[in-house]
Amino acid sequence: MNVHEYQGKEILRKYGVTTPRGIAAFSVDEAVSAAEELGGKVWVVKAQIHAGGRGKGGGVKVAKSIDEVREFADAILGMQLVTHQTGPEGKEVKRLYIEEGADIADELYIGALVDRETQKVVLMCSSEGGMDIETVAEETPEKILKIYIDPTDGLNRREAEEVCAKIGIPDEAVAQGADFLEGLYQAFVGSDASLAEINPLIVTGDKQVIALDAKFNIDSNALFRQKEILEYRDLDEEDPDEIEASKWGLSYISLDGDIGCLVNGAGLAMATMDIIKLYGGEPANFLDVGGGANKEQVTEAFKIMLKNPNVKGILVNIFGGIMQCDVIAAGVVAAAQEVGLSVPLVVRLEGTNVERGRQILDDSDVKLQTATTMADAAEKIVAAVKA
Amino acid sequence: MSILINKDTRIVTQGITGNTGEFHTTQCLDYADGRDCFVAGVTPGKEGEVVQGVPVYNTVADAKAQHGVNASVIYVPPRFAASAIDEAVDAELDLVICITEGIPVADMIKTRDRMRKMNSKTVLVGPNCPGVITPDEVKIGIMPGYIHTKGKVGVVSRSGTLTYEAVHQLTQLGLGQSTCVGIGGDPVNGLKHKDVLKLFNDDPDTEAVVMCGEIGGTDEEECAAWIKENMTKPVVAFIAGVTAPPGKRMGHAGAIISGGQGTAESKIEALEDAGAHVTRNPSEMGILLKKALS
Repeated sequence: MNVHEYQGKEILRKYGVTTPRGIAAFSVDEAVSAAEELGGKVWVVKAQIHAGGRGKGGGVKVAKSIDEVREFADAILGMQLVTHQTGPEGKEVKRLYIEEGADIADELYIGALVDRETQKVVLMCSSEGGMDIETVAEETPEKILKIYIDPTDGLNRREAEEVCAKIGIPDEAVAQGADFLEGLYQAFVGSDASLAEINPLIVTGDKQVIALDAKFNIDSNALFRQKEILEYRDLDEEDPDEIEASKWGLSYISLDGDIGCLVNGAGLAMATMDIIKLYGGEPANFLDVGGGANKEQVTEAFKIMLKNPNVKGILVNIFGGIMQCDVIAAGVVAAAQEVGLSVPLVVRLEGTNVERGRQILDDSDVKLQTATTMADAAEKIVAAVKA
Repeated sequence: MSILINKDTRIVTQGITGNTGEFHTTQCLDYADGRDCFVAGVTPGKEGEVVQGVPVYNTVADAKAQHGVNASVIYVPPRFAASAIDEAVDAELDLVICITEGIPVADMIKTRDRMRKMNSKTVLVGPNCPGVITPDEVKIGIMPGYIHTKGKVGVVSRSGTLTYEAVHQLTQLGLGQSTCVGIGGDPVNGLKHKDVLKLFNDDPDTEAVVMCGEIGGTDEEECAAWIKENMTKPVVAFIAGVTAPPGKRMGHAGAIISGGQGTAESKIEALEDAGAHVTRNPSEMGILLKKALS
């Protein structure tokens, strides 16, 4: 689960990490009163959406007067903010964060994530703040220093100070930098994060180390024990179809193609998308109905796929293990009838009770083609959609 | 021969009194030598109960003392599953297979760290996996037993149903399996592709291996490096997720391309470079293996 920048900073402050002072605002008036409450002479008006690159897209503005705060808040609130992570349609800005201005002397980068190979949390630290870290990793990997953290011993203070010095934190602020790393690590662990990224981390003119931005991604499997963070969830930032799917225990991700696919199991679902592409088609979604789907879930899955206006055909690929093919076949028939299916449908069943399942499909009035192998299924649906 | 499990393995089901635990234990009891192999169950506070003829104990240590179990399978709910692994590790079992999906990553980091620091000899498979099966001997997990046949092909995979697909193709072509291992779809887990390939390479009765990988992490790349240096048997590989968009979690917690890492192309390239027979067509895993053997 992703959270907004201002929420990420709330998490950071709880663990003693310094951030600029700021107040979230949901209207222009709230933005103005936030600026007045913060005081000072410079404010930053920041669009709050779950995507990076907000500054380049025009979603972050520095205001030098209250009038400018009002002007920028008015311009940014409600805009369709387009960044490299939002797609060309952009995302509507519904929340702002008003922050006090900062005196930036240097911009650095710190990120925390789980390293799958060593099975430890790793801090990635770089002098190249404000840049896309993926670009840094590709072009100048030597500029990224890594600290692997022992899960029982925690962050090694000396190592943290050495790395801080190496990425350009001035001597007098190195101790503060190490505190910052410690705080970030504690925030990461304490909030069950899977990613915590501070880009940029800044050193101010008076040598303060401050988190100027904060991006947190929380491990969905741990939300049962992160009640406060769960309240941060912003449904406006999520795909409504993905939310609807999750209510039914379905795992759904919409894609750009025109062939909907309904599959049991994540690996097989990806493989089905891949084979559609291999046979010249484009998948419209990833959809895993899970290990024990019933008739209702299959019907909902059809409804969700068909909400996508691009869908010109549907491929059902089920390998029945615990899930029985006859149950799925009955579900597919019922769903197709209930939604009044008007696009071509290809069904490939294999596994437990496959004969009974195929019989149900053959006996039904629903217009569909059956397929024996995945290749057969992909070939048939691609041909049907192109016809 | 086989790897990890055979008809002499003695197993305790952790979480046997839950619906899932009971259902799958029943299926496993009914498969091949299951009745000899599944000898005990554990659910704290339920000692003295009997599930499908299997006696229940409060702790894994008790089950081990009473029945000499050397392996466990875990169906415990996610929030308690990591400590169930810890318990099996503390009881010094040889093998722990964790089926549970949805364990917080932080819990698995602690559990794996604990295993390393105590130099545990216990082998962990999973979590979030279908389990392990040695056809005609014993099935530990949730896979449909009947699609398997005994033979000489090893199968290793991060996925469930995609593994069944691979096994089914092999069986249809008359290619039986030595052992099939589901290593699971979580980012922090026990055995990795490389570890399982080592076991297959050393198993005299495994002649070739099918491996199904997927996007996320660098497990397949590390496996490829190992294959290049060490593997003496043919490996057929399929990597799922060529069409998966970056930054999106594709069902499995570990199936995500992030920071440009974990793409299917990178894995395919590494495996091809290592001399594996890689197919981009998941319908052709079986046929390719047959060719590789001839």
